[in-house]
Amino acid sequence: MSPAFFLGASIIVLVAVVLSLYRVIRGPSIIDRIIGVNVVGTKSIAVILLTGQLFNRVEFFIDIAVVYALINFIGTLALSRYFERRGLYRGGGIK
Amino acid sequence: MTTVAAILIGLGVFFLFMGAVGLVRFPDFLTRMHAAGKCDTLGSLLLLGGLACHGGVTLSSLKIMVIAFFILLTSPTATHAIARVALKHQMTQQSEENR
Repeated sequence: MSPAFFLGASIIVLVAVVLSLYRVIRGPSIIDRIIGVNVVGTKSIAVILLTGQLFNRVEFFIDIAVVYALINFIGTLALSRYFERRGLYRGGGIK
Repeated sequence: MTTVAAILIGLGVFFLFMGAVGLVRFPDFLTRMHAAGKCDTLGSLLLLGGLACHGGVTLSSLKIMVIAFFILLTSPTATHAIARVALKHQMTQQSEENR
């Protein structure tokens, strides 16, 4: 498969990352922001692997993708546990 | 094998993009969670499966399948944890003007 295919796929996924970042910045509640961060983390795994295919260095990029998958899961669980204990509405104008 | 990989990668990119569009366009956080959770899981699985098909039978493909299995386990778990926070704090509805 040509490198242009992987480049196009990476660009489309990056556009999706930008759309998710809009929800992270704009999102009215904390829940929306956590969902947006989770989605960006999942899409970054896809971008990392597509970049590895683009440069023909898949075996180096895979380990980074594994670390990203772990960090994404642990980070989302930590955020949800923190806000479960703390409450969603305290603390300024974040709502 | 290359055709199968191209079809899988294309479908995966499509689902990832549509998940992001749903995350932007849907009115309240429960529907956003619906779009993000399912589209992300399916899109990532299809894309990683396509990359594994493209690589052939190597150690890299095995690692990619391990990542795919991990995402299959953890992405619904993370969505469930977020939804439980919203349920615990009685955040069931949002108004339409918060879009």
